[in-house]
Amino acid sequence: MKLKMYLQYPFSLLLRLLVILATAVTCFTLLFLIGYILIKGIPYLSFDLFSWTYNSENVSFMPSIVNTIIMVIGALLIAAPFGIFSAIYLVEYAKRGNKMVGAIRITAETLAGIPSIVYGLFGMLFFVTTLKMGYSLLAGIFTVAIMILPLMMRTTEEALKAVPDTFREGSFGLGAGKLRTVFRIVLPSAIPGILAGIILSIGRIVGETAALIYTAGTVAELPKNLFSSGRTLSVHMYALSKEGLHTDQAYATAVMLLGIVLLINTLSTMMAKKIEKKS
Amino acid sequence: MEGVFFGTALFSIFAVILICIFLFAGGVPAIAKIGAFSFLFGSEWAPTDDPASYGIFPMILGSLYVTAGAILIGVSIGVLTAVFMASFCPPRLHKILKPAIDILAGIPSVVYGFFGLIVLVPFVRLHLGGSGSSILTASVLLGIMILPTIIGVAESALRAVPSSYYEGALALGATHERSIFFVVLPAATSGVMAGVVLGIGRAIGETMAVILVAGNQARIPNGILNGARTLTSNIVLEMGYAADLHREALIGTGVVLFVFILIINLSFSYMKRIKR
Repeated sequence: MKLKMYLQYPFSLLLRLLVILATAVTCFTLLFLIGYILIKGIPYLSFDLFSWTYNSENVSFMPSIVNTIIMVIGALLIAAPFGIFSAIYLVEYAKRGNKMVGAIRITAETLAGIPSIVYGLFGMLFFVTTLKMGYSLLAGIFTVAIMILPLMMRTTEEALKAVPDTFREGSFGLGAGKLRTVFRIVLPSAIPGILAGIILSIGRIVGETAALIYTAGTVAELPKNLFSSGRTLSVHMYALSKEGLHTDQAYATAVMLLGIVLLINTLSTMMAKKIEKKS
Repeated sequence: MEGVFFGTALFSIFAVILICIFLFAGGVPAIAKIGAFSFLFGSEWAPTDDPASYGIFPMILGSLYVTAGAILIGVSIGVLTAVFMASFCPPRLHKILKPAIDILAGIPSVVYGFFGLIVLVPFVRLHLGGSGSSILTASVLLGIMILPTIIGVAESALRAVPSSYYEGALALGATHERSIFFVVLPAATSGVMAGVVLGIGRAIGETMAVILVAGNQARIPNGILNGARTLTSNIVLEMGYAADLHREALIGTGVVLFVFILIINLSFSYMKRIKR
């Protein structure tokens, strides 16, 4: 019967086929990309690649993984408190029509839209040169922290807004002050949302390249301290692809990066489900 | 404690001001020294020649061409996919599609670049000729990369259209498809456009993926199967060894890029306001 209807309206049939085709192209691209890299890359994941030292014969990515972990922890230690506190101000304290709130929102939106290479340039000019940190993990951490700040702010803001007002009123009714209400009642109920934001931020940091090349540098060795230069996994991947000498190892690195992305996405989907169940 | 919260909230204003000051202070003097006109519209970029020439017009064109191509591909596929997800998709399929598109958004740009380098570049070289590293390759790759942005924004715009519009169209005898394409989609135009603008911002700012597939020749691009260099690639490729005026000219390139992005962002927030 449906077919009969479509024969009567061939134009509608065409439109329907068009949207199905587009969706198929999107899905095919995703599956092809992931499948191609995993199938071709997994065989290259050799034990050597996990050795602690990097040299020209064995382009091990273990040092880069260590650098990536340092970068993630460092940037989150800075951006998470700033992001969460800013969101608390915006949701819990700011009064309607406050001029500063408008300015904060516009600048946060601007920060979110700035491309990573511009962050890289800024980090190079400010942290590396002006503050004389040199190419160092620390300079990279600060740069990336500013970059993920708007993401942290937005996700936390949404999580806080999703906490029903009755929670706050109940807390006030029991005699708790504003601050106690925020820390004991509102924040704990918003934790899954905040965690989802943190997980997304980890994804951004792990995938970041352009902002780090000229701030954290490209040294492929284990860092001695926060002032040593070090490449993260993505920068490592870029260096390998650009040289074109170690394609096999580049495949393996791509597999690692994709693995991290898939893991992060699974975690954030799980978080989202948890939030859904609650409400 | 409110003061502490307020202080941290001010940090994003502080960061934007700091970024502006340092970028403009680093780049504007060079632009002034080279001459704004010959910097923006000079067609030759040869910083190591004597006398050196610093014209970034080829890179501006490169960025524009690559972005235009990406928009052509990304918008057509992205909007149609969004229509499918908002109005055609059974809920069960939607539960699979949504996270799949989130994965597409989460893949690091350097992995996209690598994929382009090992799959798209040889494909273009083999079937269309040229070296493979070309505007076309970069456009296709960027088009894929901006898909999740466009799909996400367009889908929520489509879902925000009141269902009475759709029902009204049905009641007038239009088929499901006709109602969606000629009533719901036009009603969601400003939202969809906002997604497109956001996609433009992504595409113009993308660096690592483009660098690996676009060829990076610093001359005025002449044909989609030839290579081009974008503003972003110009910075990354040469910052490693640049010194003095060359280095400042690269920061100037960053300033031009930054101004482009600011304009795009402003039009994005403007469009969002229209929607309300």
